[in-house]
Amino acid sequence: MDALEIARWQFGITTVYHFMMVPLTIGLGLVVAVIQTMWHRTGKPEYLRMTKFWGKLFLINFIMGVATGIVQEFQFGMAWSEYSRFVGDVFGAPLAMEALLAFFVESTFLGLWIFGWKQLKPGVHLACLWIAVIGSVFSAYFIIVANSWMQHPVGVEMVNGRPVMTDAWAVFTNNTALVAVPHTIFGALAVAGAFLLGIAWYHLWRRRHDGIDTLGANGKVVPGEAAIPGRDSTDHAVWIRSLRIGAVVAMVSFAGTAITGDLQGKLMFEQQPMKMAAAEAACHDGTGFSILSIGNVGSRNCDDIVALIEVPGILSFLAKGDFTTEVKGVNSLIDQYKADYGTNLPDNPIYGERAGQEIQYVPVMEVTYWGFRMMIGFGGLAALAALVALWVTRSGTVPASRGLMRLAVFGILAPFGANAAGWIFTEMGRQPFVVAPNPDSNGIDQVFMFTAAAVSPGVSAGELLTSLVVLTAVYAVLLVVEVKLLVKYIRGGVVAAMPELAHVPADENEDATPNGGGPGKPGDADDVLAFAY
Amino acid sequence: MDLLPTIWFIAIAVLWTGYLFLEGFDLGVGMLMKAFARNNTERRVLLNTIGPVWDGNEVWLLTAGGATFAAFPLWYASLFSALYLPLLLVLVALIFRAVAFEYRGKVDNPRWRARWDWAISLGSLVAAFGIGAALGLTTTGLPLNANGDREGGPFAWFSAYAVLGGLAVVGFSLLHGLAFLALKTDGDVRHRARRWFVRLLPVLLLPIAGWAISLQLLSGEMWTVLAVVAAVVAAVLAWNFARTGAEGRAFLSLGAFLLLGSASIFGAAFPVVLPSTLNPDFNLTISNASSSDYTLGLMSIVALIGLPLVLAYQAWTYWVFRRRVSDAHIPEAHSFLPAIAAKALAPKD
Repeated sequence: MDALEIARWQFGITTVYHFMMVPLTIGLGLVVAVIQTMWHRTGKPEYLRMTKFWGKLFLINFIMGVATGIVQEFQFGMAWSEYSRFVGDVFGAPLAMEALLAFFVESTFLGLWIFGWKQLKPGVHLACLWIAVIGSVFSAYFIIVANSWMQHPVGVEMVNGRPVMTDAWAVFTNNTALVAVPHTIFGALAVAGAFLLGIAWYHLWRRRHDGIDTLGANGKVVPGEAAIPGRDSTDHAVWIRSLRIGAVVAMVSFAGTAITGDLQGKLMFEQQPMKMAAAEAACHDGTGFSILSIGNVGSRNCDDIVALIEVPGILSFLAKGDFTTEVKGVNSLIDQYKADYGTNLPDNPIYGERAGQEIQYVPVMEVTYWGFRMMIGFGGLAALAALVALWVTRSGTVPASRGLMRLAVFGILAPFGANAAGWIFTEMGRQPFVVAPNPDSNGIDQVFMFTAAAVSPGVSAGELLTSLVVLTAVYAVLLVVEVKLLVKYIRGGVVAAMPELAHVPADENEDATPNGGGPGKPGDADDVLAFAY
Repeated sequence: MDLLPTIWFIAIAVLWTGYLFLEGFDLGVGMLMKAFARNNTERRVLLNTIGPVWDGNEVWLLTAGGATFAAFPLWYASLFSALYLPLLLVLVALIFRAVAFEYRGKVDNPRWRARWDWAISLGSLVAAFGIGAALGLTTTGLPLNANGDREGGPFAWFSAYAVLGGLAVVGFSLLHGLAFLALKTDGDVRHRARRWFVRLLPVLLLPIAGWAISLQLLSGEMWTVLAVVAAVVAAVLAWNFARTGAEGRAFLSLGAFLLLGSASIFGAAFPVVLPSTLNPDFNLTISNASSSDYTLGLMSIVALIGLPLVLAYQAWTYWVFRRRVSDAHIPEAHSFLPAIAAKALAPKD
């Protein structure tokens, strides 16, 4: 591997990893904010417990997103200095705005939320969480504006060989971004939905398994009480509500990703036709959508691919909204790209050993074809499972089957897989460009950059390999630690996040006071750090 | 006319100064976790002084980095790629430090805590040193060619100035951390922090003074030299305030020292943002490294709205958590009480 390939692997690994934490942060943050609002409105103890339990898991995950996010901002300059020089005038602005307008808000107000349970008035405390969560959504917006400019550069003019921003409005309302933002937020909610569903299922199953909850004669659940802190009948309410919220969120968010994804697809057929043709492994012009293509999809050679099952008309529908328009296949697009952007990389030292090589315009079709299908497949699977879960749990609890419980728990992974597959598809589908050319506007289609020109010329392959190995190792260790902690706190149940349940006799009215505890509790005045380190 | 690039040079200097002022003390408190705190309760006192604010402080680093990218892309690209390995170390240090804050108390086990305590201490030390080295080198220069790329291999950045800058930020952060602890804690920790502050101030500020003075020798002007003199006065004041027990004034005086010191350093470096040690013609300056006036204008509007807001709500955070923390406030460690036997998901009933 040379420096370019190592740098690409590093960017891929660190980004996909970072984007395991991020959707859970965004999605779970929104869900916890809604739950705390419900507690604030109703004062019901189960909502306080849900806030504390899901909030704890949220924080364990949040910190990993923060820690791995710094790498993202630094590595543009470190590993991709030529890219940074080329795009800096337009790409740096959304990144700086993300820090200044969004991430500051998120970090500061989340600190207030974590530590402010006793210091702040309940309404202010709740507002802090909402502000932090809205901050995280804005964060997503700014980052996607930056990314969308790489997919579809707008609002710039070439000056001395570099794109210079001339129209900030165009950059910040790039249609690519406007559909990608809701797609990403729905994708994040799908992660949170499956997370709630799987974990709540496990706890409901455990309560049945331990004989606490039973089924009555009418087939409905009879919630019981065990003489263990936190395992009372309120505990049942915590999990069944969590499960239903999770299932509904999972289904709604899948519908949301489908609608926004369809809009994205239609844009992409115009903006990056090669990416969509490669997503279909559609070699020849046509209308059919491939359900299964065989042959060597990865060979980038269309002669090796046979579409085994094809549904006529669907590809046209995905691209244009009708069933008859011919969609250009890979073969005719190659010629078009060669005519527009050249057959060989320029003889410029910036390309290193690759200078003068023939340009490979077709992305790795194995990745685009299967990435596209995994994204949709995992997403749909999770939504279907959520629907089934709602039906199965209409008795008020889950079936006693251990196998089903395991399935629900492992189902948590499906939306993570869909998110990762979607990003890998859209980033690798853009190759060989790091900044994809914008074919539909006049004058600015010179704004593009080959990935081969983007890497830092002064950084050696050895340095890149060092960082690839170090970061991958650090990330692997931390993933193990995070998952272990999550599992520990998930198994611990509500009482793990609310040790006060174990100390105070089960007087739920106390919890109902939207301040965590009434004035009569001794020791509370000094216990200012209830939720602290 | 370089009006906007000049404004953005000042803005970035302000962001770095804000970063050092805020994260300086939480880096310092982090470094003191092992050296200063005597037992677990004291460590938790230390942690909880910075607990609500360290993450917000760290965003100043991201903002400084992002603003450099937006306003001076060539500066950002050259500095970050030239310092590849040291910045990798900074990243790893920041990752472990951040995770350690959150995970340290999640398992009630002395070995678990001891590991994360090391992560906090070493992470803070390495991050402070690396960031200091980077800032030192951006004022004194790196071996850059005409394209702004580093010549001479992965360690070509290494120089006495890298060490000086690293020590400067480590020393300042340690002292600032002590001043913060004296201000934010009570009881033994507070008094010990104040004693350490008085005793260590001359040593800990030596490297940052060395950095400021050597820059005056390289490219100082009248006003930047005066700023150095004023900074020394502020340091003497801080020392005297701490000696007489005026912790708030000591902390503010040290802040004034940072402000003046940083003004003298960035002021002396201006208008060069990153000198080339190979050829002065390759120097990156506010004119040849900056973004277009359009982008700088846009960012100026954003900063004019965003920065006062950030200052306001971060100040509010410090107000909310203004109480001193002491041993008495630290609740007992949560003895973890699993509601469910740990055998969940086990293959057998």
